[in-house]
Amino acid sequence: MLRARLIYLLGRLAQMVGVLWVIVTILFLIFRLMPGNPLTAYIDPTFTAEQEEAVKRQFGLDKPLYTQYALYLKNVATGNLGRSFFQKEPVLDVLMDVFPNTLLLTVTSLVAAYAFGVVGGAFLAWRRGTKVEGAGILLALMTRAAPEFFLGMLVLSFFSFDLGWFPSSGVSDPGVIYDSIVEQLLSADFWHHLALPALTMAIYLQGLPLLLMRSNMLEVLDEDFVTMARMKGLPEWRIMLAHAARNALLPIVTALTVGIGYAVGGNVVVENVFSWPGIGRVLVRAVQAKDYPLAQGAFLLIAVVIVSMNFLADVFYSALDPRVSATKQEVG
Amino acid sequence: MVDVTRGAEVTVAPVAAPPRASRLLRPLAPTIDILKRDRFALAGVVIYAVLILVAIFAPLIAPHDPQVVMERDGLWLTNQKPSSAFLLGTTNVGRDIFSQLVYGARPALLVGFSAAFIVAFVGTVVGLVAGYFGGWIDNLLMRLTDVAFGIPFLPFVIVLVAFLGPSIWNVVLSMGLLLWRDTARIIRSQVLTVRERAFVQAAHISGASSWRTMFLYIAPNILALSFLYGTLAIGWAILTEASVSFLGFGDPTVVSWGFMLQDAYVSQALARGAYYWFVPPGVCIMLAVMGGFFIGRGYEELLFPRLRER
Repeated sequence: MLRARLIYLLGRLAQMVGVLWVIVTILFLIFRLMPGNPLTAYIDPTFTAEQEEAVKRQFGLDKPLYTQYALYLKNVATGNLGRSFFQKEPVLDVLMDVFPNTLLLTVTSLVAAYAFGVVGGAFLAWRRGTKVEGAGILLALMTRAAPEFFLGMLVLSFFSFDLGWFPSSGVSDPGVIYDSIVEQLLSADFWHHLALPALTMAIYLQGLPLLLMRSNMLEVLDEDFVTMARMKGLPEWRIMLAHAARNALLPIVTALTVGIGYAVGGNVVVENVFSWPGIGRVLVRAVQAKDYPLAQGAFLLIAVVIVSMNFLADVFYSALDPRVSATKQEVG
Repeated sequence: MVDVTRGAEVTVAPVAAPPRASRLLRPLAPTIDILKRDRFALAGVVIYAVLILVAIFAPLIAPHDPQVVMERDGLWLTNQKPSSAFLLGTTNVGRDIFSQLVYGARPALLVGFSAAFIVAFVGTVVGLVAGYFGGWIDNLLMRLTDVAFGIPFLPFVIVLVAFLGPSIWNVVLSMGLLLWRDTARIIRSQVLTVRERAFVQAAHISGASSWRTMFLYIAPNILALSFLYGTLAIGWAILTEASVSFLGFGDPTVVSWGFMLQDAYVSQALARGAYYWFVPPGVCIMLAVMGGFFIGRGYEELLFPRLRER
């Protein structure tokens, strides 16, 4: 049994590495084979042909494609993502500067969204068949249908521009610099700036756990052990909490894990609405400025987060549900 | 899977010879039945009927050219508040917002329907082939699907559109390259069960080729599921096009709702409290996406009647 689990885990781990390798290769092909010179930032129109060749040689672009690919793979594997064209710093340093901001935003909003969604979904299941349930579902579907940046614009113009309660952009007041993450986390200024982007993302994200929790609860309520509890005469709230909710929560845990990955990829627009200095904003600016190494690195980092979260979700799921071996459970 | 008997009960009236119209409508009976009972699905159909009409007759409905700057006595009519002349006011360079909103229905539907078609088509073919042949083909296609699930969707679309050039078709293409992943997995698992059914086995034994069995016998049984995922993809596609436009990678020659929102955002409409500018396009996107969700939900009930009891 234990051995079977270990083999499953190793196989799944190998699969994760394989997926990442293919993604890295696709990235390489996109950035190498697409039209446009990747060195526009370095090559001046006044350069002579020899100067241009020299720059190309310096970057290894005179070598055949497969040599470039091998070199690229080696660099990525050792964590060398190159230097940003415009910030003239190693890409990894630029990314690591902003990654905590993205993580803090994502985790805060996910926690808020899932806490609200689980309670709200359980509530809707409890009030099944009523007008309240219908209105609740409609509202959840509306938030799922709204573009995140549109929610952000509404939140921004109302709470920031109309009421003036919160700052409209950035991660801190001008001139404020934190020495460490801990200091950043302890400052009121940071939370003040985090509030609106986190609220926006939370509004968008709560729909999934809410609808999922509701339908899970309804499914569990049909099961025999709930009928049993009813026959024993247990009070309704106890059936709801101790029996139904507990069992309905399992799929939510998986959804949350997968959700972290997709939220990191999805908060690109929110970061841009609120000028939040995170990975998504770095990616968009790098693509706009044709800063290829930086864009490539940001993309890769997001992909790594998604793939490892998918992996973790599978591991959780196989640990929680012993029937799962190699087959996978799908989550929105 | 589809509950045919229910529909039949409704349409087969106690009249001996049903009139011709009802016979023609009989295949649609379950659909009409759902629409009668499910107000969400009805709302979805109404939303799309209105959107399609608006898109077709946009030049007749829009009072002005969405790209032309409004002038009076040689002065640009910029930042006008809503009035009878300009129903939703004008932008900061004097374009009529209502006309932009009307024309915005065109790219939304174009993107939504074409992306949905690609997603349903590619997803179905991949799922069919993987599920039917099994073995290394299945393994290869499903590992490919794993890769598609590992690629961050919006960043991928942004990067690809930035390289291929800002056109609406490149946005559709980039979405199509990834979004088939959900459909493919679902269709595959469905094919795995259909494959074992007696009529498929019978076809196979009586000498039908693999491709014939796949497309003539199995495909009809999963098309409804492909359609369901297609309706959901309409919404995702419209949302994604809007996000891409908002981030500034959209087609600059097309007035889409996402473009309008970006225009409003970069022109400081928020700081000026110009809600009349940025709320309508956002609401239109929401309606279009919700319409897709509603139709999908209604259709899901049609496919899985057990859901109705919920």
